[in-house]
Amino acid sequence: MPTLTTGAHPAVRPRLLRGQAGREDRTAYEAAGGYQPGLAGAGLIAAVAASGLRGRGGGAFPAARKLAVVARQRGEKVVVVNGEEGEPASVKDRWLLRARPHLVIDGALRAAQAVGAGTIYFYVSDAGAAISLDAALAELASIPADLRVWPVEASYVAGEETAAVNALNGRPAKPSEKPPRPFEAGVGGLPTLVSNAETIASLPAISGGRVGEAPSFLLTLSGAVPRPGLYEVPFGIPLGEATEVLGGLAGPARGYVMGGYFAGLLSTRGHHLPLDYDALRAAGSGLGCGAVTVLGADDCPVGVAALLLAYFGRENAGQCGSCFNGTAAMAGVATALACGEAGPAEVARLAHWSGFLPGRGACATLDGAAGVAATLLREFPAEVDAHQREACGTCVATDFLAAGRPFALTPDSIAPPVEAAL
Amino acid sequence: MKIKLDRTVCDGFGKCASRAPAVFSLDEWGYASLERGLSAEADLPPELEQPARRALLDCPVHAITERPRVR
Repeated sequence: MPTLTTGAHPAVRPRLLRGQAGREDRTAYEAAGGYQPGLAGAGLIAAVAASGLRGRGGGAFPAARKLAVVARQRGEKVVVVNGEEGEPASVKDRWLLRARPHLVIDGALRAAQAVGAGTIYFYVSDAGAAISLDAALAELASIPADLRVWPVEASYVAGEETAAVNALNGRPAKPSEKPPRPFEAGVGGLPTLVSNAETIASLPAISGGRVGEAPSFLLTLSGAVPRPGLYEVPFGIPLGEATEVLGGLAGPARGYVMGGYFAGLLSTRGHHLPLDYDALRAAGSGLGCGAVTVLGADDCPVGVAALLLAYFGRENAGQCGSCFNGTAAMAGVATALACGEAGPAEVARLAHWSGFLPGRGACATLDGAAGVAATLLREFPAEVDAHQREACGTCVATDFLAAGRPFALTPDSIAPPVEAAL
Repeated sequence: MKIKLDRTVCDGFGKCASRAPAVFSLDEWGYASLERGLSAEADLPPELEQPARRALLDCPVHAITERPRVR
C-alpha cells in the first residue's frame, strides 16, 4: 500500500483537513472553534441548501433535500453517519473518523437536531475509526442524543444506505430493493437520515457560516503520482491541476479511474475536465466519493477494467440475478480481452451489456460495473482494438485470477490506528 | 395501482414477462426488471393493471407486490 500524504489546495482554507498528526481530541477541536452554537433547525437546512452540499458518499444527492424530507416527518427519527467507505481506493471517511472524530460527531449532533432525531449511529467497518469514535465519545460529558458506534464487516455493498439500515436492523449488510428508502422506513422502521461521514463533517462549517464562495471536498489521489494522498480541494479545478500541483505528476497521465471504482475509466481528456459533479457527469464520468486513481505507463486500461469487473463479480451482494450474472459475464469477457482471447463478437456483447444492464439491480453496484465496461470501450478504443489481436506486455504479466482490490488504500500512513500509536 | 418488483427475491422463472410483457423485461439469464419508464413510485397505465396483477399472482417466489395506497 502506498504511503499517503495530506494537504490542501492553495485556494482552499481547509475545513475538513487538519495538518497535525494524530487524533484531534475534544480540547483541540474546541480550541479550533468546534461545538459552538450556530445555525440550527430549519435555518441550518436552508444554509445547507444554499451551500450546494451534496452527498459525498458517491450518490451526490442534495444534502438539504435529504435533511428536509426526514425533518418534516413526525415522531421518533434516527440519524446514521455512514463511515463504511466501501470504495477500496478511497480513504477520506476512515481518515475523518480516525483523525477528526469530534468534527464528525459535531456534524452528527447538528444533523440530529435539524431533523429531530434522538438517536445517532456511527456505522463503520474500520476498527481504527471505531476506536477513535469511542475515545471521542468518552471525552464528551453530556450529549443531547443517544450516540452509538456500530461496527460492521467491510464490503463493497455494506455502505449502500439500505445495507446500512439492514445491518442496524440485525440483518445482513446487503442492499434492499427500493422503495422504501431509509427516510420512509429505516432503522427500527423509523424515518432515518443516512448520510456519509464527509457530508456530516461539512455541517459544522455551514452551521457556523464559515463556508465561503469556494466549497471544498476531500480528494483521495493515488496511483501513478509522486505524492499520493488525501487533499482538500475546491470544486471545479481541472483534474490535471490536481494531479500535477498536488500529486506532483509531470505531465498528463495515461488515464484515470474515477469515483473510487464506481465512475469507471477516463482517458487523458480528463486532464482538462473540472472536478465538479455536473461537468464530470456531462462528460460521461463522475466525481463519486472523490477518489481518483491515476493510471501510468505501467497500467493497461484493458487489464485494469478486467480487474475491476472481476472485483464487482466477486463483491456484489449475490442477490439480484442481473447483477451476479451480468458482472460475472462482463468480467469474463474483459479478462478474455486482456488475455488477447476475445474478438469482435465478444466485444460487441460487452458493449450490449454495458448499455442494457444499468438499472437492473436493487442497488447501483451493477451500474458501476456496467460503467467500467462502457468507459473502457468509449475511452480506450485503440487499446480495446489492439487487445483483440494480442495481449499487451502488462496484461501478460498480470494475474487475473488473483482476487485483488486494485489500487486499494489504507489511511494508516496519515492517521495511524490508535493501538499503533501507543 | 403501483407494483414493486423485488429483484433480490426474483429467481428468474420468467412467468411475469409471459403474463405481462409490457410491464416486465427479462435479461438473457431470465431475471426480471420493470420495463423502462415504469417505476414502483408511479401508477401503472390502466391497461397494464390486469396483466400485472396476473403476473403478481403467478410469480412463484412472490417477488412482485402491490404497493399500499398512501392516504
